[in-house]
Amino acid sequence: MEKLKYILFFAGLCCFALAGILSAVLPVAHLSRIPYQKLEQLVTAPSYEFLDLAQRYPDQMSKYYGQADAASFRDALRLGRDTYIAEACWHCHSQFVRPVSNEDLRFGKVSWAGEYMNEMFLPHLFGTRRVGPDLIRESGRHGNDWHAAHFYNPSLVVPTSVMPRYSWFFDGERPNKRGLAMIAYVQWLGSWATPEALAQQERSHAAK
Amino acid sequence: MSAISPAVPLAPSRTTGRPLVERPVIKAHFIAAFVFFFASLFSGLFFALQFSRIYPFPGVELLSPGRLRMIHTNGIAYGFLMNAFIALMYWIVPRVTGQPVLSRKLSWFVFWVWQAIVGVAAIGILGGRAQGIEWGETPTFVDPFVLIGGAFLAANIATPILKVRDKPLYVTLWYFSAMLVWLPLTYAMGNFVPQYFVPGAGGAAITGLFIHDLVGLTVTPLGWGMMYYLVPVILKKPIWSHTLSLAGFWGLAFFYPLNGVHHFFWSPIPMYAQYGAVMSTIAVEIVVFTVIVNFFMTLRGRGDALRTELPIRWFFSGMAMYFLTCLQCAFQATLTVQKVIHFSDWVVGHAHLVMFGVFGSWILGATVYVWPKVTARGWWSERLNYWNWWLSTLGILVMFFDLMAAGLVQGYLWQNLAPWEQSLIASMPFWHIRTISGIAIITGQLLQAFNMWMTARSAAPESALGAASQPALV
Repeated sequence: MEKLKYILFFAGLCCFALAGILSAVLPVAHLSRIPYQKLEQLVTAPSYEFLDLAQRYPDQMSKYYGQADAASFRDALRLGRDTYIAEACWHCHSQFVRPVSNEDLRFGKVSWAGEYMNEMFLPHLFGTRRVGPDLIRESGRHGNDWHAAHFYNPSLVVPTSVMPRYSWFFDGERPNKRGLAMIAYVQWLGSWATPEALAQQERSHAAK
Repeated sequence: MSAISPAVPLAPSRTTGRPLVERPVIKAHFIAAFVFFFASLFSGLFFALQFSRIYPFPGVELLSPGRLRMIHTNGIAYGFLMNAFIALMYWIVPRVTGQPVLSRKLSWFVFWVWQAIVGVAAIGILGGRAQGIEWGETPTFVDPFVLIGGAFLAANIATPILKVRDKPLYVTLWYFSAMLVWLPLTYAMGNFVPQYFVPGAGGAAITGLFIHDLVGLTVTPLGWGMMYYLVPVILKKPIWSHTLSLAGFWGLAFFYPLNGVHHFFWSPIPMYAQYGAVMSTIAVEIVVFTVIVNFFMTLRGRGDALRTELPIRWFFSGMAMYFLTCLQCAFQATLTVQKVIHFSDWVVGHAHLVMFGVFGSWILGATVYVWPKVTARGWWSERLNYWNWWLSTLGILVMFFDLMAAGLVQGYLWQNLAPWEQSLIASMPFWHIRTISGIAIITGQLLQAFNMWMTARSAAPESALGAASQPALV
């Protein structure tokens, strides 16, 4: 009887381990062939939108980020990602485009595993619910001023929106450190998969 | 069957002379469970109001709807369900084993550690320190303490189980002891690996596994373990088939955790993992059948108990909803159905039916049964208990079917490329109904809590059958 107990205990652990191997270790091992990038490797220059923020809100930008360069852009992206998690944005916005239900027509290029193999998706923010639209192809879809107005009061730009106001992203009416970071982050999401970026990659691939 | 009958007479332990069950600890866990239950319920209500474009705390950062949503889910998992289940393990395990838990002091220590964990996690989440893992939003600095608390709890509860030597373990103890091992493994995997080690799609596979193991290997074993004890005890007849109950246990252990990836269908997770998740999810249906058949065959011939015994009514209405949820799961976890319903309110309805319709019902049924026994008083009002059953059951069914319909509407509008705003406008009536059904559920719980309060405060019974000397309260 005693011996049986240990065998069964071991069997229970085996069930747990088997599931872990089949549905986690195997896919993870498979995906680990894609090189992992730190943000420093991934982002080497400030985005157009980040430079645009420095034009629109020069006082706020120099106050919180100093010079708008690659280093301050990376700081903004990290803070934007952390804020996105803290506010649970990912509970109402997903971050992957599926190959079904016309999602490529609505959002853009279908998601592939390689685009998530970097620091910004640790933890991944795939999400499981869309109250609002998917955001992984959000880059360049709206202007910075649209995003500023939208975070300040979403119904100003989307009258039927149910998203709450994020007044704590603002000093008065101008975005503060978190507000600027959020705009930079959302504008960065999918910047590698805009039609222009994809055409650019296509050209450089052909040149090789 | 008698060797494994759960009906062990409740005399003080022979070896220690301590009372078998520490009623004050159980009572404290019940109270804590209901405190966090209300925190969760009201967070859920405030979050739901957002969808009717009512913002109870506009511009208040600490009570922003997004943060309240995380309080809602984590409060239910770690505050309500865990506290209630710990209370019920303290009630059940000594009765089945004939041994008290390891130590009374340790019980109180675990109690306070657990409340501190949940309280600090809630403050952390509201303060903007949440972790980006679904069902694991508890801040990263809380996670190690959850594991430590879990280890102390396991030591406390495993002790009496390990002392059983001369007879086979009853299935309730199988479920409980398995859960004590699976919980820390699951929690560590889900909270640490995708946070620090595995990014992107691989991390998603692990969080899917974590979400599913948390429900399948922690909450479900606790729930069924409790059912296997309470249902035979209240009906005063043994479970229909002990063999079938073990088939159910091993089926759960084998198939349940294989389902993880079904939370991220059509994502960049490799497709072989997704196909595997489809098949194992459908296979779970076999397990579900064995358990459901076992319990309804046990009820056979005692159908009157659904009318006369409120705990039995709660338990079996919960099981009916368990069957409904799992049947739904077998269909919704196919890649075809996922095209439409993924990301929609359908899934939210499913989650509510599982967490409240099934496990909430079972805990409320157990509350109706155990609370008078731990307080040594009769219910202040039987009628209010029945009111809660009606309000909760109708509330959750309305919510479930309403969100299911909303999910289909949303899914097809998205697929048909309607402007995004159209899906919001079309969802509004469903969201209003969801809020109303939620208010019905909250009203039921307020009545329940008020009844518990009045019961505990009422005068102690004059008969000698008081708290200390009740011999046969099995």
